[in-house]
Amino acid sequence: MLSQVLQLLLAGVAQGCVYALVALGFVLIYKATETVNFAQGDLMMLGAFFALTASTVMGLPYWLTIAVTVAMMAAVGMLTERLVLRPVLGYPAFTVVMITIGVGYVLRGIVTMVPGWGTETYQIPTPFAEDVWRVGGVVLAVQQLAVIGMTAALCAALYLFFRFARLGVAMQATSQNQLAAYYMGIPVRRVNMMIWGLSAGVAAFAGILLAPVTFVHSNMGFIGLKAFPAAVVGGFGSVPGAIVGGLIIGVVEALAGFYLPEGFKDVAAYVVVLIVLLVWPSGIFGETARKKV
Amino acid sequence: MSFFRAESLSIHFGGVVAVDKVSFEVEKGEVFTIIGPNGAGKTTIFNLIGLLYRPSEGRIVFEDRDMTGLNPSEVAALGIARTFQNIELFEHATVLQNLLIGRHRHSGTAFWEELLFLPRVKRAELAHREAVEKVIDFLDLAHYRESLVAGLPYGVRKVVELGRALATEPKLLLLDEPSSGLNPEETDDMAFWIEDIKKELGITVLMVEHDMNLVSRVSDRVLALNMGAAIAQGTAAEVQRHPAVIEAYLGGPA
Amino acid sequence: MRFIFKTDYEQDIRLFKHGGQVFWYGLLGIVLLAAPWWAGEYVMSQLHFILIYSIVGFGLMMLVGFTGQISLGHAAFLAVGAYTEALMQAAGVPFVVSIASAAAFSAAVGVIVGLPALRLKGIYLAIATLAFNVIVEEIITRWESLTGGNSGKHVKPVEMFGYALESDAAFYYLCLVLATMCCLGCINLLRSPTGRAFVAIRDSEISASCMGVNLAKYKTMSFALSAALTGIGGALYAHKLAFISPEQFTLLVSIELITIVILGGIGFLHGAVLGAAFVIVLPQLISLAKDYLPEGTAALSGLQATVFGLMLVLFIIFEPMGLYGRWLKVRTWFELFPFYRRGMFRRQKAYMKSERLR
Repeated sequence: MLSQVLQLLLAGVAQGCVYALVALGFVLIYKATETVNFAQGDLMMLGAFFALTASTVMGLPYWLTIAVTVAMMAAVGMLTERLVLRPVLGYPAFTVVMITIGVGYVLRGIVTMVPGWGTETYQIPTPFAEDVWRVGGVVLAVQQLAVIGMTAALCAALYLFFRFARLGVAMQATSQNQLAAYYMGIPVRRVNMMIWGLSAGVAAFAGILLAPVTFVHSNMGFIGLKAFPAAVVGGFGSVPGAIVGGLIIGVVEALAGFYLPEGFKDVAAYVVVLIVLLVWPSGIFGETARKKV
Repeated sequence: MSFFRAESLSIHFGGVVAVDKVSFEVEKGEVFTIIGPNGAGKTTIFNLIGLLYRPSEGRIVFEDRDMTGLNPSEVAALGIARTFQNIELFEHATVLQNLLIGRHRHSGTAFWEELLFLPRVKRAELAHREAVEKVIDFLDLAHYRESLVAGLPYGVRKVVELGRALATEPKLLLLDEPSSGLNPEETDDMAFWIEDIKKELGITVLMVEHDMNLVSRVSDRVLALNMGAAIAQGTAAEVQRHPAVIEAYLGGPA
Repeated sequence: MRFIFKTDYEQDIRLFKHGGQVFWYGLLGIVLLAAPWWAGEYVMSQLHFILIYSIVGFGLMMLVGFTGQISLGHAAFLAVGAYTEALMQAAGVPFVVSIASAAAFSAAVGVIVGLPALRLKGIYLAIATLAFNVIVEEIITRWESLTGGNSGKHVKPVEMFGYALESDAAFYYLCLVLATMCCLGCINLLRSPTGRAFVAIRDSEISASCMGVNLAKYKTMSFALSAALTGIGGALYAHKLAFISPEQFTLLVSIELITIVILGGIGFLHGAVLGAAFVIVLPQLISLAKDYLPEGTAALSGLQATVFGLMLVLFIIFEPMGLYGRWLKVRTWFELFPFYRRGMFRRQKAYMKSERLR
């Protein structure tokens, strides 16, 4: 019994890590530009496809694949910001959301049209594949442990980055009042571009981690939608919140899939987010602000 | 029956006491001004009266009616209108539409009647339009009737803000720094309008203001605040001479 | 150049502002009424869809364009309308009653969805409506005894007063009449206190409430109205497709609906119709263009998604006022010729201010 719960928890946490990474990606963008990037899931999907090509067509080893993919996706992210988001700097938030939705469609469409990618489902070879460890009656898939481990490593790296770099404070300034940030000498547009690059890189990383579970196909980005509940639960705009929220959603889903009737697993995340929004909109780590008139 | 009374109003935000047991009374038909250095809590008091904030202590009584627990739209329905320090107009609408929204509390038509645009609705619309036209005449806004608010200069927007408040046909008008951002001519116009509001329209005015000339010119009584607490009350001249007030603005002896 | 010299207040309130408008809308009316004669079967079918989506567009426009709320879950209301109509028709309820019920039931659901809206703004509201859409879709799929689940439900043609409206023309006129009624209803609301209250909520909630607009009441009203109109569209949709299943009411459909109002032009009722027409016609154009494209890019669904996304991106960047906005600019150019100034419709450059502090 206990081992079953533990196994569920492990699966939930592993899945939650992926949600956490996607949520992390767009919380970064949200903190900097107050833009909600609905294309985050599709960036993740594109990253997975780049990884697929890198590892199968170009034959790169796993760790090099990750590095190359993240770098390429960072470039894609920066390019997206430069071409699509920069012209609409200052537009109302809803409009910018719609433009990111448009970007998502374009990404999905293009991936479907590339020969060799199309609408098929693929697999990325990983060094963990089917290995399992047995620890005291609990069967742990090495795959899942690897996902959790790599996510933790990435979070640690990001924490160090934001702690010891001026980028973090610059991000907050631009998110609260762009004009004032300009006046303070912050290169707002460059900061935004770098945030998008970073975000896309994180999305790519998530895509690679997710690939063994859902396989690589053009609709895998829809999992990214679950990152919204994750971000809301953790507190929109909070980086640790995105991680915690993602883990919570992952675990809730795993438990719902097992203990509740069929169909609840798919909607569990959304039911949770509705409850959180009604009862506690600022989430776990979030903050509420109020306009001063 | 007292017209308007604030009894021991207090509010704190966390550990900061923004308004500290402030009490005052406003008589019908007078112009009552609240002055004080920045951060004294003047706009906060307005927000308390308009019930945008809930007081931690104390209560507000309007025409012998306790206003505790109302929401802002109910406050408007009682006949209290306000302007905002940072101008909260409806940017994507014309001046005329902004003023017409001011008439909202007088709209007696139901959803279904409006959906079908019954003759009753049409008559009501024409009546609203006429009422708003009177405000436009009063404030000389005829030139800007059809202009989108978003493109108007600051001085005109302040006047539109005032017009919108007047369109509600209030009994009590709260003006939050009516002359801020206005040049001397516009401030002069504002002074004339406040006097006209008092004498011709018979509306009681409760005002927050920094410009001492304007204050002396139009106010019947003045209340001075500092750091959330009331420090002096009386006519403009009395309050300006009061030692505590001088100390608040200029600092005490070294 | 046209000058409108106003001599009485009624001119502001009237439906048609001047003779020219009467002429052009009259012409449009005649063309539309004569459609079964000049339009072939294919075009008639497209017109059906355009009218249906226009009705939904009106609903969404009132909510998003005029009240400033966000809804990424309108397909849920479409579904409620469609299934209500299908179930009631199967139970033998007359059409007039069933479509009114579809509207009423959708409105009720709209009120429920509107409840979070009272406390949530912006992205939070978007996520709440999105979550709602997914949940409704799942409920429809799981409640098989009522809705037939994934196997869907068949819907017979409309039967009014004993006659079955089986022909294209009959259904067309039904849609036309309903679309016109919905349009007029919206126009009437917009020139009344309710419409002004909606716009006030969109532009500044705080001052709207200080002017006496009860936020809760009007936001709920807006959601209910929007849902009701969408429900009517959903009922017609059910008859048009003759077969409904949960897959027709997914999140992607919700996004398609929002695209209608954005591409059409947020803040203008005409935008709903123009957006609907654009969204219906675009896939047809893409199919036609497919013949001219090289092999390899022939994956139609990919092309459609790409073009759709590209349209959204390009319109928002280059024509934020949408199709109707572009039409306004063209018309103003002609009206003011040769005095049209390039900067007339230019947006004031705005710097992003945190909407969390709005």
